[in-house]
Amino acid sequence: MKVLVAVKRVIDYNVKVRVKADNSDVDLTNVKMAMNPFCEIAVEEAVRLKEKGVASEIVVVSIGPKVAQEQIRTALALGADRGILIETEEKLESLSVAKALKAVVEKEQPQLVILGKQSIDNDNNQTGQMLGALTGMPQGTFASEVAVDGDKVNVTREIDGGLRTVGLTLPAIVTTDLRLNEPRYASLPNIMKAKRKPLDVLTPADLGVEIKSTQTLVKVEPPAERSAGIKVASVDELVEKLKTEAKVL
Amino acid sequence: MGILVVAEHDNATLKGATLNTIAAAKAIGGDIDVLVAGQGCQAAADAAAKAEGVSKVILVDDAAYAQQLGEPMGDLVAELGKGYSHILAAATTTGKDFLPRTAALLDVNMISEIVKVESADTFARPIYAGNAIATVQSADAIKVITVRATGFDPVAAEGGSASIENGSAVADKGISSFVGEELAKSDRPELTAADIIISGGRGMQNGDNFEMLYKLADKIGAGVGASRAAVDAGFVPNDMQVGQTGKIVAPNLYVAVGISGAIQHLAGMKDSKVIVAINKDEEAPIFQVADYGLVADLFEAIPELDSKL
Ligand SMILES: Cc1cc2nc3c(=O)[nH]c(=O)nc-3n(C[C@H](O)[C@H](O)[C@H](O)COP(=O)(O)OP(=O)(O)OC[C@H]3O[C@@H](n4cnc5c(N)ncnc54)[C@H](O)[C@@H]3O)c2cc1C
Repeated sequence: MKVLVAVKRVIDYNVKVRVKADNSDVDLTNVKMAMNPFCEIAVEEAVRLKEKGVASEIVVVSIGPKVAQEQIRTALALGADRGILIETEEKLESLSVAKALKAVVEKEQPQLVILGKQSIDNDNNQTGQMLGALTGMPQGTFASEVAVDGDKVNVTREIDGGLRTVGLTLPAIVTTDLRLNEPRYASLPNIMKAKRKPLDVLTPADLGVEIKSTQTLVKVEPPAERSAGIKVASVDELVEKLKTEAKVL
Repeated sequence: MGILVVAEHDNATLKGATLNTIAAAKAIGGDIDVLVAGQGCQAAADAAAKAEGVSKVILVDDAAYAQQLGEPMGDLVAELGKGYSHILAAATTTGKDFLPRTAALLDVNMISEIVKVESADTFARPIYAGNAIATVQSADAIKVITVRATGFDPVAAEGGSASIENGSAVADKGISSFVGEELAKSDRPELTAADIIISGGRGMQNGDNFEMLYKLADKIGAGVGASRAAVDAGFVPNDMQVGQTGKIVAPNLYVAVGISGAIQHLAGMKDSKVIVAINKDEEAPIFQVADYGLVADLFEAIPELDSKL
Protein backbone atom coordinates (compact mmCIF):
# COMPACT_ATOMS: atom_id res chain seq x y z
CA MET A 1 0.00 0.00 0.00
CA LYS A 2 1.10 3.52 -0.75
CA VAL A 3 1.53 5.97 2.12
CA LEU A 4 1.54 9.74 1.65
CA VAL A 5 3.23 11.82 4.35
CA ALA A 6 2.88 15.60 4.56
CA VAL A 7 5.73 17.58 6.12
CA LYS A 8 6.15 21.23 7.00
CA ARG A 9 9.18 23.48 7.39
CA VAL A 10 8.93 25.42 10.65
CA ILE A 11 11.10 27.10 13.24
CA ASP A 12 13.30 24.63 15.15
CA TYR A 13 11.48 23.67 18.34
CA ASN A 14 14.45 24.67 20.50
CA VAL A 15 14.41 28.25 19.30
CA LYS A 16 12.49 30.81 21.28
CA VAL A 17 10.71 32.98 18.78
CA ARG A 18 10.69 36.78 19.06
CA VAL A 19 8.06 39.24 17.98
CA LYS A 20 9.12 41.97 15.51
CA ALA A 21 9.43 45.46 16.94
CA ASP A 22 6.64 46.75 14.68
CA ASN A 23 4.31 43.94 15.86
CA SER A 24 3.67 42.85 12.29
CA ASP A 25 4.68 39.22 12.85
CA VAL A 26 7.29 37.06 14.53
CA ASP A 27 10.88 37.54 13.41
CA LEU A 28 12.19 34.55 11.45
CA THR A 29 15.27 36.17 9.90
CA ASN A 30 18.33 33.97 10.42
CA VAL A 31 16.36 31.63 12.66
CA LYS A 32 17.14 27.92 12.50
CA MET A 33 14.42 26.04 10.63
CA ALA A 34 13.62 22.33 10.73
CA MET A 35 10.97 19.75 10.04
CA ASN A 36 7.97 20.17 12.33
CA PRO A 37 8.42 17.59 15.16
CA PHE A 38 4.99 16.06 14.58
CA CYS A 39 5.84 15.61 10.89
CA GLU A 40 9.03 13.76 11.87
CA ILE A 41 6.83 11.38 13.80
CA ALA A 42 4.62 10.99 10.73
CA VAL A 43 7.63 10.12 8.55
CA GLU A 44 8.90 7.67 11.16
CA GLU A 45 5.53 5.91 11.33
CA ALA A 46 5.45 5.50 7.56
CA VAL A 47 8.99 4.11 7.55
CA ARG A 48 8.05 1.61 10.26
CA LEU A 49 5.02 0.54 8.22
CA LYS A 50 7.34 -0.06 5.29
CA GLU A 51 9.80 -2.01 7.43
CA LYS A 52 6.90 -4.20 8.58
CA GLY A 53 5.97 -4.84 4.97
CA VAL A 54 2.64 -3.01 5.31
CA ALA A 55 3.63 -0.01 3.20
CA SER A 56 5.16 -0.51 -0.25
CA GLU A 57 5.96 3.09 -1.14
CA ILE A 58 6.28 6.31 0.87
CA VAL A 59 5.67 9.59 -0.91
CA VAL A 60 6.45 12.74 1.04
CA VAL A 61 4.89 16.06 0.13
CA SER A 62 5.37 19.61 1.33
CA ILE A 63 3.68 22.83 0.34
CA GLY A 64 5.80 25.92 0.76
CA PRO A 65 8.84 27.84 -0.43
CA LYS A 66 11.71 26.40 -2.45
CA VAL A 67 13.83 25.90 0.68
CA ALA A 68 11.25 23.39 1.98
CA GLN A 69 13.10 20.96 -0.30
CA GLU A 70 15.50 20.61 2.66
CA GLN A 71 12.77 19.07 4.80
CA ILE A 72 11.70 16.78 1.97
CA ARG A 73 15.33 15.63 1.62
CA THR A 74 15.40 14.97 5.35
CA ALA A 75 12.32 12.78 4.99
CA LEU A 76 13.93 10.97 2.06
CA ALA A 77 17.02 10.39 4.20
CA LEU A 78 14.81 8.91 6.90
CA GLY A 79 13.36 6.39 4.47
CA ALA A 80 10.73 7.98 2.22
CA ASP A 81 10.98 6.93 -1.43
CA ARG A 82 10.20 10.09 -3.34
CA GLY A 83 9.20 13.67 -2.73
CA ILE A 84 6.86 16.29 -4.10
CA LEU A 85 7.18 19.98 -3.39
CA ILE A 86 4.27 22.19 -4.25
CA GLU A 87 6.21 25.37 -4.45
CA THR A 88 4.65 28.66 -3.48
CA GLU A 89 5.83 31.80 -1.73
CA GLU A 90 2.28 32.79 -0.83
CA LYS A 91 0.94 32.95 2.67
CA LEU A 92 -0.62 29.58 3.41
CA GLU A 93 -3.72 28.95 5.48
CA SER A 94 -4.90 25.45 6.35
CA LEU A 95 -7.75 25.28 3.84
CA SER A 96 -5.44 26.02 0.89
CA VAL A 97 -2.93 23.47 2.15
CA ALA A 98 -5.69 20.88 2.51
CA LYS A 99 -6.90 21.61 -1.03
CA ALA A 100 -3.38 21.21 -2.42
CA LEU A 101 -3.00 17.94 -0.50
CA LYS A 102 -6.35 16.77 -1.84
CA ALA A 103 -5.05 17.25 -5.38
CA VAL A 104 -1.98 15.18 -4.51
CA VAL A 105 -4.19 12.48 -2.97
CA GLU A 106 -6.22 12.31 -6.17
CA LYS A 107 -3.09 11.96 -8.23
CA GLU A 108 -1.25 9.49 -6.00
CA GLN A 109 -4.18 7.48 -4.59
CA PRO A 110 -2.52 6.58 -1.26
CA GLN A 111 -4.26 4.20 1.14
CA LEU A 112 -2.98 6.08 4.15
CA VAL A 113 -2.12 9.76 4.59
CA ILE A 114 -0.09 10.61 7.69
CA LEU A 115 0.31 14.19 8.92
CA GLY A 116 1.45 15.83 12.13
CA LYS A 117 -1.45 16.83 14.38
CA GLN A 118 -0.26 20.43 14.46
CA SER A 119 2.67 22.52 13.39
CA ILE A 120 4.52 24.26 16.16
CA ASP A 121 4.44 27.66 14.46
CA ASN A 122 0.73 28.39 14.13
CA ASP A 123 -0.44 25.59 16.44
CA ASN A 124 -3.57 25.27 14.31
CA ASN A 125 -4.29 21.55 14.38
CA GLN A 126 -6.55 21.68 11.31
CA THR A 127 -5.00 20.42 8.08
CA GLY A 128 -5.42 16.65 8.48
CA GLN A 129 -9.07 16.97 9.46
CA MET A 130 -9.75 19.39 6.60
CA LEU A 131 -8.12 16.98 4.16
CA GLY A 132 -10.36 14.26 5.59
CA ALA A 133 -13.48 16.26 4.90
CA LEU A 134 -12.37 17.30 1.40
CA THR A 135 -11.48 13.75 0.35
CA GLY A 136 -14.29 12.06 2.26
CA MET A 137 -11.75 9.99 4.20
CA PRO A 138 -12.11 9.04 7.87
CA GLN A 139 -9.50 10.25 10.34
CA GLY A 140 -7.63 9.08 13.39
CA THR A 141 -6.36 12.28 14.94
CA PHE A 142 -3.77 12.66 17.76
CA ALA A 143 -2.65 9.06 17.21
CA SER A 144 -0.52 7.16 19.70
CA GLU A 145 -0.93 3.80 17.95
CA VAL A 146 -1.67 2.81 14.36
CA ALA A 147 -2.55 -0.80 13.44
CA VAL A 148 -3.31 -1.57 9.80
CA ASP A 149 -5.39 -4.70 9.33
CA GLY A 150 -6.44 -5.55 5.76
CA ASP A 151 -8.65 -2.79 4.43
CA LYS A 152 -9.05 -1.21 7.87
CA VAL A 153 -6.86 0.67 10.29
CA ASN A 154 -7.33 0.94 14.02
CA VAL A 155 -6.04 4.18 15.49
CA THR A 156 -5.62 4.78 19.21
CA ARG A 157 -6.09 8.45 19.93
CA GLU A 158 -4.92 10.58 22.84
CA ILE A 159 -8.03 12.31 24.12
CA ASP A 160 -8.60 14.60 27.09
CA GLY A 161 -9.95 11.80 29.27
CA GLY A 162 -7.44 9.11 28.28
CA LEU A 163 -7.24 6.94 25.16
CA ARG A 164 -9.82 6.08 22.53
CA THR A 165 -9.52 3.62 19.65
CA VAL A 166 -11.40 4.13 16.40
CA GLY A 167 -11.67 1.79 13.42
CA LEU A 168 -11.35 3.42 10.00
CA THR A 169 -12.01 2.14 6.50
CA LEU A 170 -9.03 2.69 4.20
CA PRO A 171 -8.08 5.00 2.62
CA ALA A 172 -7.77 7.00 5.81
CA ILE A 173 -5.98 9.87 7.47
CA VAL A 174 -3.82 9.71 10.57
CA THR A 175 -2.50 12.71 12.48
CA THR A 176 0.33 12.01 14.88
CA ASP A 177 0.70 12.75 18.56
CA LEU A 178 4.03 12.77 20.38
CA ARG A 179 3.91 9.28 21.79
CA LEU A 180 3.26 7.46 18.50
CA ASN A 181 6.97 6.72 18.10
CA GLU A 182 10.43 8.13 18.61
CA PRO A 183 11.86 9.30 15.30
CA ARG A 184 15.26 7.99 14.26
CA TYR A 185 18.16 10.12 13.07
CA ALA A 186 19.23 9.96 9.45
CA SER A 187 22.57 8.24 8.91
CA LEU A 188 25.22 9.87 6.75
CA PRO A 189 25.00 7.22 3.98
CA ASN A 190 21.22 7.67 3.91
CA ILE A 191 21.59 11.44 3.68
CA MET A 192 23.87 10.90 0.66
CA LYS A 193 21.45 8.42 -0.89
CA ALA A 194 18.53 10.81 -0.35
CA LYS A 195 20.17 13.31 -2.70
CA ARG A 196 19.54 10.95 -5.59
CA LYS A 197 15.94 10.11 -4.74
CA PRO A 198 13.33 11.74 -7.01
CA LEU A 199 11.86 15.08 -5.94
CA ASP A 200 9.21 16.61 -8.20
CA VAL A 201 8.55 20.32 -7.98
CA LEU A 202 5.05 21.43 -8.95
CA THR A 203 3.15 24.68 -8.64
CA PRO A 204 -0.32 24.97 -7.17
CA ALA A 205 -1.50 25.86 -10.69
CA ASP A 206 -0.10 22.56 -12.03
CA LEU A 207 -2.55 20.86 -9.69
CA GLY A 208 -5.38 23.26 -10.45
CA VAL A 209 -5.30 24.65 -6.92
CA GLU A 210 -5.72 28.29 -6.05
CA ILE A 211 -3.94 29.52 -2.91
CA LYS A 212 -6.38 31.85 -1.23
CA SER A 213 -6.07 33.76 2.01
CA THR A 214 -9.10 34.74 4.06
CA GLN A 215 -7.34 35.76 7.25
CA THR A 216 -5.44 38.97 7.96
CA LEU A 217 -2.79 39.10 10.61
CA VAL A 218 -3.70 42.36 12.33
CA LYS A 219 -0.84 42.27 14.81
CA VAL A 220 1.43 39.96 16.75
CA GLU A 221 2.40 40.76 20.31
CA PRO A 222 4.56 39.14 22.94
CA PRO A 223 2.52 37.47 25.67
CA ALA A 224 2.01 39.31 28.94
CA GLU A 225 5.22 38.88 30.92
CA ARG A 226 4.93 37.49 34.39
CA SER A 227 6.53 39.82 36.89
CA ALA A 228 9.58 38.25 38.43
CA GLY A 229 8.84 36.29 41.58
CA ILE A 230 10.91 35.60 44.63
CA LYS A 231 12.82 32.67 46.01
CA VAL A 232 11.68 31.41 49.37
CA ALA A 233 14.20 29.93 51.77
CA SER A 234 12.11 27.19 53.32
CA VAL A 235 8.89 25.23 53.15
CA ASP A 236 7.64 27.26 56.13
CA GLU A 237 8.16 30.51 54.26
CA LEU A 238 6.43 29.05 51.19
CA VAL A 239 3.36 28.04 53.18
CA GLU A 240 3.26 31.41 54.92
CA LYS A 241 3.46 33.33 51.61
CA LEU A 242 0.79 31.18 49.96
CA LYS A 243 -1.54 31.74 52.91
CA THR A 244 -1.05 35.39 53.72
CA GLU A 245 0.40 37.04 50.60
CA ALA A 246 -0.99 35.08 47.64
CA LYS A 247 -4.04 33.89 49.62
CA VAL A 248 -4.40 30.75 47.54
CA LEU A 249 -4.34 28.21 50.36
CA MET B 1 -27.80 34.82 11.69
CA GLY B 2 -26.66 34.12 15.22
CA ILE B 3 -24.05 31.88 16.77
CA LEU B 4 -24.05 28.10 16.98
CA VAL B 5 -22.18 26.66 19.95
CA VAL B 6 -21.51 22.93 19.80
CA ALA B 7 -21.83 21.49 23.30
CA GLU B 8 -19.11 19.38 24.88
CA HIS B 9 -20.80 16.57 26.82
CA ASP B 10 -20.75 12.85 27.55
CA ASN B 11 -24.49 12.37 26.93
CA ALA B 12 -25.22 12.41 30.67
CA THR B 13 -23.60 15.69 31.65
CA LEU B 14 -22.71 18.96 30.01
CA LYS B 15 -18.95 19.61 30.26
CA GLY B 16 -17.79 22.83 31.85
CA ALA B 17 -15.89 23.91 28.73
CA THR B 18 -19.26 24.49 27.06
CA LEU B 19 -19.93 27.34 29.49
CA ASN B 20 -16.63 29.02 28.58
CA THR B 21 -17.48 28.61 24.90
CA ILE B 22 -20.89 30.23 25.44
CA ALA B 23 -19.04 33.08 27.19
CA ALA B 24 -16.95 33.60 24.03
CA ALA B 25 -20.16 33.59 21.98
CA LYS B 26 -21.60 36.28 24.27
CA ALA B 27 -18.49 38.39 23.73
CA ILE B 28 -19.09 38.15 19.96
CA GLY B 29 -22.74 39.11 20.44
CA GLY B 30 -25.93 37.73 18.87
CA ASP B 31 -28.45 34.96 19.49
CA ILE B 32 -26.80 31.84 20.82
CA ASP B 33 -28.06 28.38 19.90
CA VAL B 34 -26.44 25.33 21.43
CA LEU B 35 -26.24 22.03 19.58
CA VAL B 36 -26.26 18.91 21.73
CA ALA B 37 -25.53 15.94 19.47
CA GLY B 38 -25.25 12.52 21.04
CA GLN B 39 -27.25 9.46 21.93
CA GLY B 40 -29.48 9.44 24.99
CA CYS B 41 -28.28 12.97 25.67
CA GLN B 42 -31.52 14.59 26.88
CA ALA B 43 -29.90 15.32 30.26
CA ALA B 44 -27.05 17.22 28.61
CA ALA B 45 -29.58 19.17 26.54
CA ASP B 46 -31.57 20.02 29.66
CA ALA B 47 -28.39 21.31 31.28
CA ALA B 48 -27.54 23.38 28.20
CA ALA B 49 -31.01 24.95 28.27
CA LYS B 50 -30.32 26.24 31.78
CA ALA B 51 -27.02 27.91 30.88
CA GLU B 52 -26.95 31.70 30.91
CA GLY B 53 -27.47 33.44 27.57
CA VAL B 54 -28.75 30.53 25.47
CA SER B 55 -31.75 31.20 23.17
CA LYS B 56 -32.36 27.70 21.91
CA VAL B 57 -30.98 24.21 22.30
CA ILE B 58 -30.97 21.93 19.26
CA LEU B 59 -31.02 18.30 20.35
CA VAL B 60 -29.91 15.68 17.85
CA ASP B 61 -30.27 12.30 19.51
CA ASP B 62 -29.02 9.58 17.21
CA ALA B 63 -26.79 6.50 17.38
CA ALA B 64 -24.46 8.14 14.83
CA TYR B 65 -23.37 10.68 17.47
CA ALA B 66 -23.11 8.35 20.47
CA GLN B 67 -19.32 8.84 20.70
CA GLN B 68 -19.21 12.10 18.74
CA LEU B 69 -16.82 10.75 16.12
CA GLY B 70 -15.21 13.40 13.93
CA GLU B 71 -16.74 12.29 10.62
CA PRO B 72 -20.48 12.30 11.48
CA MET B 73 -20.04 15.32 13.78
CA GLY B 74 -18.20 17.29 11.10
CA ASP B 75 -21.01 16.57 8.62
CA LEU B 76 -23.81 17.40 11.06
CA VAL B 77 -22.32 20.67 12.26
CA ALA B 78 -21.63 21.77 8.66
CA GLU B 79 -25.27 21.07 7.77
CA LEU B 80 -26.79 22.76 10.82
CA GLY B 81 -24.23 25.55 10.88
CA LYS B 82 -24.97 26.90 7.40
CA GLY B 83 -27.40 29.53 8.61
CA TYR B 84 -25.15 30.96 11.32
CA SER B 85 -22.53 33.71 11.28
CA HIS B 86 -20.29 31.87 13.76
CA ILE B 87 -19.81 28.25 14.78
CA LEU B 88 -17.97 27.70 18.07
CA ALA B 89 -16.74 24.63 19.88
CA ALA B 90 -14.46 24.15 22.87
CA ALA B 91 -10.80 23.53 22.05
CA THR B 92 -10.93 20.02 23.50
CA THR B 93 -9.82 16.85 21.75
CA THR B 94 -13.45 16.46 20.59
CA GLY B 95 -13.84 19.98 19.21
CA LYS B 96 -10.40 19.93 17.58
CA ASP B 97 -11.29 16.63 15.93
CA PHE B 98 -14.54 17.50 14.16
CA LEU B 99 -14.55 21.29 13.71
CA PRO B 100 -11.84 21.55 11.02
CA ARG B 101 -13.90 19.04 9.00
CA THR B 102 -16.90 21.33 9.35
CA ALA B 103 -14.85 24.34 8.20
CA ALA B 104 -13.56 22.52 5.12
CA LEU B 105 -17.07 21.34 4.21
CA LEU B 106 -18.25 24.95 4.44
CA ASP B 107 -15.22 26.03 2.36
CA VAL B 108 -13.95 28.41 5.04
CA ASN B 109 -10.79 28.65 7.12
CA MET B 110 -10.87 28.06 10.82
CA ILE B 111 -9.55 30.05 13.78
CA SER B 112 -8.14 27.76 16.47
CA GLU B 113 -8.03 28.29 20.22
CA ILE B 114 -9.05 31.90 20.55
CA VAL B 115 -8.40 33.51 23.93
CA LYS B 116 -10.03 36.87 23.25
CA VAL B 117 -12.76 38.38 21.10
CA GLU B 118 -11.79 41.79 19.68
CA SER B 119 -14.87 42.12 17.47
CA ALA B 120 -17.23 39.85 15.55
CA ASP B 121 -14.52 39.08 12.99
CA THR B 122 -11.29 39.65 14.93
CA PHE B 123 -9.84 37.34 17.54
CA ALA B 124 -6.64 36.86 19.54
CA ARG B 125 -4.96 33.48 19.74
CA PRO B 126 -1.60 32.20 20.97
CA ILE B 127 0.90 30.97 18.37
CA TYR B 128 4.40 29.47 18.70
CA ALA B 129 3.54 27.64 21.93
CA GLY B 130 2.21 30.83 23.44
CA ASN B 131 5.37 32.82 22.79
CA ALA B 132 3.35 35.26 20.71
CA ILE B 133 -0.28 36.33 20.59
CA ALA B 134 -1.68 36.88 17.13
CA THR B 135 -4.71 39.04 16.41
CA VAL B 136 -6.42 37.61 13.35
CA GLN B 137 -9.22 39.08 11.26
CA SER B 138 -11.33 36.67 9.26
CA ALA B 139 -13.06 37.53 5.99
CA ASP B 140 -14.88 34.20 5.81
CA ALA B 141 -18.66 34.26 5.57
CA ILE B 142 -18.97 31.88 8.50
CA LYS B 143 -16.43 32.13 11.29
CA VAL B 144 -15.54 28.65 12.52
CA ILE B 145 -13.74 28.85 15.85
CA THR B 146 -12.47 26.74 18.73
CA VAL B 147 -12.35 28.46 22.10
CA ARG B 148 -9.63 27.99 24.70
CA ALA B 149 -11.48 27.71 28.00
CA THR B 150 -8.82 29.55 30.03
CA GLY B 151 -9.45 32.72 27.98
CA PHE B 152 -13.09 33.13 29.03
CA ASP B 153 -14.80 32.98 32.40
CA PRO B 154 -17.71 30.53 32.20
CA VAL B 155 -21.29 31.78 32.03
CA ALA B 156 -23.59 30.70 34.86
CA ALA B 157 -24.71 27.08 34.59
CA GLU B 158 -28.14 27.86 36.04
CA GLY B 159 -30.82 30.45 35.55
CA GLY B 160 -31.51 30.21 31.82
CA SER B 161 -34.63 28.70 30.31
CA ALA B 162 -33.97 28.10 26.62
CA SER B 163 -36.34 26.04 24.50
CA ILE B 164 -35.23 22.62 23.30
CA GLU B 165 -35.91 21.73 19.70
CA ASN B 166 -35.24 18.41 17.99
CA GLY B 167 -32.89 18.48 15.02
CA SER B 168 -32.38 15.71 12.52
CA ALA B 169 -29.33 13.60 11.94
CA VAL B 170 -27.34 13.69 8.70
CA ALA B 171 -26.84 10.36 6.91
CA ASP B 172 -23.77 8.66 8.41
CA LYS B 173 -21.26 7.49 5.82
CA GLY B 174 -20.18 4.62 8.06
CA ILE B 175 -16.45 5.03 7.37
CA SER B 176 -15.41 5.19 11.03
CA SER B 177 -16.43 3.31 14.13
CA PHE B 178 -15.83 3.38 17.84
CA VAL B 179 -13.69 0.44 18.99
CA GLY B 180 -12.97 1.16 22.64
CA GLU B 181 -11.87 3.61 25.25
CA GLU B 182 -9.63 3.66 28.29
CA LEU B 183 -10.67 6.58 30.41
CA ALA B 184 -8.70 7.65 33.43
CA LYS B 185 -10.72 7.26 36.58
CA SER B 186 -9.93 9.72 39.27
CA ASP B 187 -11.78 11.37 42.11
CA ARG B 188 -9.51 14.37 41.87
CA PRO B 189 -10.67 17.51 40.07
CA GLU B 190 -10.26 17.52 36.30
CA LEU B 191 -7.19 19.52 35.33
CA THR B 192 -9.01 22.03 33.18
CA ALA B 193 -11.42 22.81 36.03
CA ALA B 194 -9.14 22.48 39.07
CA ASP B 195 -8.54 25.43 41.36
CA ILE B 196 -5.15 24.08 42.40
CA ILE B 197 -2.85 21.83 40.36
CA ILE B 198 0.28 20.03 41.48
CA SER B 199 2.36 18.72 38.59
CA GLY B 200 5.31 16.39 38.64
CA GLY B 201 8.11 16.08 36.11
CA ARG B 202 11.03 13.83 35.35
CA GLY B 203 12.45 14.76 38.74
CA MET B 204 9.79 12.48 40.32
CA GLN B 205 11.91 9.54 39.06
CA ASN B 206 9.07 7.00 38.86
CA GLY B 207 5.32 6.47 39.02
CA ASP B 208 5.32 5.32 42.63
CA ASN B 209 6.77 8.61 43.78
CA PHE B 210 3.73 10.38 42.35
CA GLU B 211 1.85 8.97 45.38
CA MET B 212 3.44 11.82 47.35
CA LEU B 213 1.79 14.33 45.04
CA TYR B 214 -1.58 12.51 45.11
CA LYS B 215 -1.55 12.52 48.89
CA LEU B 216 -0.76 16.21 49.07
CA ALA B 217 -3.30 16.98 46.34
CA ASP B 218 -6.10 15.17 48.16
CA LYS B 219 -5.36 17.15 51.28
CA ILE B 220 -5.87 20.49 49.53
CA GLY B 221 -8.39 19.45 46.86
CA ALA B 222 -5.93 19.77 43.99
CA GLY B 223 -5.71 18.06 40.60
CA VAL B 224 -2.47 16.37 39.58
CA GLY B 225 -0.69 17.05 36.29
CA ALA B 226 2.62 16.13 34.72
CA SER B 227 5.23 17.18 32.20
CA ARG B 228 5.66 15.34 28.94
CA ALA B 229 8.87 13.77 30.21
CA ALA B 230 6.96 12.19 33.10
CA VAL B 231 4.27 10.89 30.74
CA ASP B 232 6.74 9.60 28.14
CA ALA B 233 8.70 7.79 30.83
CA GLY B 234 5.49 6.01 31.79
CA PHE B 235 5.22 7.50 35.31
CA VAL B 236 1.63 8.62 34.66
CA PRO B 237 -1.00 8.41 31.87
CA ASN B 238 -1.15 10.84 28.94
CA ASP B 239 -4.28 12.63 30.07
CA MET B 240 -2.22 14.24 32.84
CA GLN B 241 0.13 16.06 30.46
CA VAL B 242 0.13 19.84 30.71
CA GLY B 243 1.60 21.91 27.88
CA GLN B 244 1.58 22.93 24.23
CA THR B 245 0.38 19.50 23.25
CA GLY B 246 -1.33 18.52 26.45
CA LYS B 247 -3.85 20.36 28.57
CA ILE B 248 -3.91 24.13 28.84
CA VAL B 249 -4.63 25.10 32.43
CA ALA B 250 -4.90 28.31 34.41
CA PRO B 251 -5.67 27.45 38.03
CA ASN B 252 -5.35 29.81 40.97
CA LEU B 253 -2.31 27.90 42.12
CA TYR B 254 0.05 25.75 40.03
CA VAL B 255 2.83 23.89 41.79
CA ALA B 256 5.55 22.53 39.49
CA VAL B 257 7.59 19.81 41.17
CA GLY B 258 10.76 18.52 39.50
CA ILE B 259 9.85 20.23 36.23
CA SER B 260 12.54 22.22 34.40
CA GLY B 261 10.18 24.64 32.62
CA ALA B 262 10.61 23.94 28.89
CA ILE B 263 8.69 26.40 26.68
CA GLN B 264 6.32 23.62 25.65
CA HIS B 265 5.42 23.02 29.29
CA LEU B 266 5.11 26.72 30.08
CA ALA B 267 2.70 27.05 27.15
CA GLY B 268 0.20 25.03 29.14
CA MET B 269 0.39 26.69 32.55
CA LYS B 270 1.91 30.15 32.45
CA ASP B 271 -1.47 31.86 32.71
CA SER B 272 -1.97 30.37 36.17
CA LYS B 273 -2.59 33.00 38.82
CA VAL B 274 0.13 31.93 41.21
CA ILE B 275 2.99 29.63 40.22
CA VAL B 276 5.19 27.78 42.67
CA ALA B 277 8.28 25.88 41.55
CA ILE B 278 10.13 23.30 43.57
CA ASN B 279 13.35 22.27 41.90
CA LYS B 280 16.82 21.42 43.13
CA ASP B 281 18.49 23.29 40.26
CA GLU B 282 18.41 27.00 41.00
CA GLU B 283 19.09 27.75 37.31
CA ALA B 284 15.99 25.86 36.13
CA PRO B 285 13.97 28.07 33.74
CA ILE B 286 10.76 27.34 35.64
CA PHE B 287 11.97 29.85 38.27
CA GLN B 288 11.67 32.63 35.68
CA VAL B 289 7.89 32.28 35.68
CA ALA B 290 7.43 31.24 39.31
CA ASP B 291 5.99 33.68 41.84
CA TYR B 292 7.53 31.59 44.60
CA GLY B 293 10.53 29.43 43.96
CA LEU B 294 11.93 26.91 46.40
CA VAL B 295 15.35 25.50 45.59
CA ALA B 296 15.18 22.15 47.30
CA ASP B 297 15.18 18.40 46.85
CA LEU B 298 11.57 17.52 46.21
CA PHE B 299 11.88 14.28 48.18
CA GLU B 300 12.43 16.40 51.29
CA ALA B 301 10.27 19.41 50.40
CA ILE B 302 7.07 17.55 49.44
CA PRO B 303 6.75 15.47 52.65
CA GLU B 304 7.52 18.58 54.67
CA LEU B 305 4.92 20.60 52.78
CA ASP B 306 2.43 17.79 53.32
CA SER B 307 3.07 17.82 57.06
CA LYS B 308 2.62 21.58 57.28
CA LEU B 309 -0.68 21.91 55.47
C1 LIG C 1 6.72 19.33 19.76
C2 LIG C 1 6.94 19.21 21.23
C3 LIG C 1 5.85 19.32 22.07
C4 LIG C 1 6.02 19.21 23.45
N1 LIG C 1 4.93 19.32 24.25
C5 LIG C 1 5.09 19.28 25.59
C6 LIG C 1 3.98 19.44 26.48
O1 LIG C 1 2.83 19.58 26.06
N2 LIG C 1 4.22 19.41 27.81
C7 LIG C 1 5.47 19.24 28.35
O2 LIG C 1 5.60 19.22 29.57
N3 LIG C 1 6.52 19.06 27.52
C8 LIG C 1 6.36 19.06 26.17
N4 LIG C 1 7.44 18.87 25.37
C9 LIG C 1 8.72 18.43 25.99
C10 LIG C 1 9.54 19.56 26.59
O3 LIG C 1 10.36 20.10 25.57
C11 LIG C 1 10.43 19.02 27.73
O4 LIG C 1 11.23 17.98 27.23
C12 LIG C 1 9.67 18.50 28.93
O5 LIG C 1 8.70 19.44 29.35
C13 LIG C 1 10.64 18.22 30.07
O6 LIG C 1 9.96 17.68 31.19
P1 LIG C 1 10.55 17.84 32.66
O7 LIG C 1 10.65 19.28 32.98
O8 LIG C 1 9.73 16.98 33.55
O9 LIG C 1 11.96 17.12 32.52
P2 LIG C 1 13.43 17.75 32.61
O10 LIG C 1 13.60 18.83 31.65
O11 LIG C 1 14.33 16.58 32.55
O12 LIG C 1 13.49 18.40 34.05
C14 LIG C 1 13.49 17.70 35.24
C15 LIG C 1 13.71 18.70 36.35
O13 LIG C 1 13.61 18.04 37.60
C16 LIG C 1 14.58 18.59 38.49
N5 LIG C 1 14.85 17.59 39.51
C17 LIG C 1 15.40 16.36 39.34
N6 LIG C 1 15.47 15.72 40.52
C18 LIG C 1 14.98 16.55 41.46
C19 LIG C 1 14.80 16.46 42.88
N7 LIG C 1 15.13 15.36 43.56
N8 LIG C 1 14.25 17.50 43.52
C20 LIG C 1 13.91 18.64 42.85
N9 LIG C 1 14.06 18.78 41.52
C21 LIG C 1 14.57 17.74 40.81
C22 LIG C 1 15.76 18.91 37.61
O14 LIG C 1 16.56 19.93 38.21
C23 LIG C 1 15.08 19.38 36.33
O15 LIG C 1 14.90 20.79 36.32
C24 LIG C 1 7.30 18.96 23.99
C25 LIG C 1 8.39 18.85 23.14
C26 LIG C 1 8.22 18.97 21.77
C27 LIG C 1 9.40 18.83 20.88
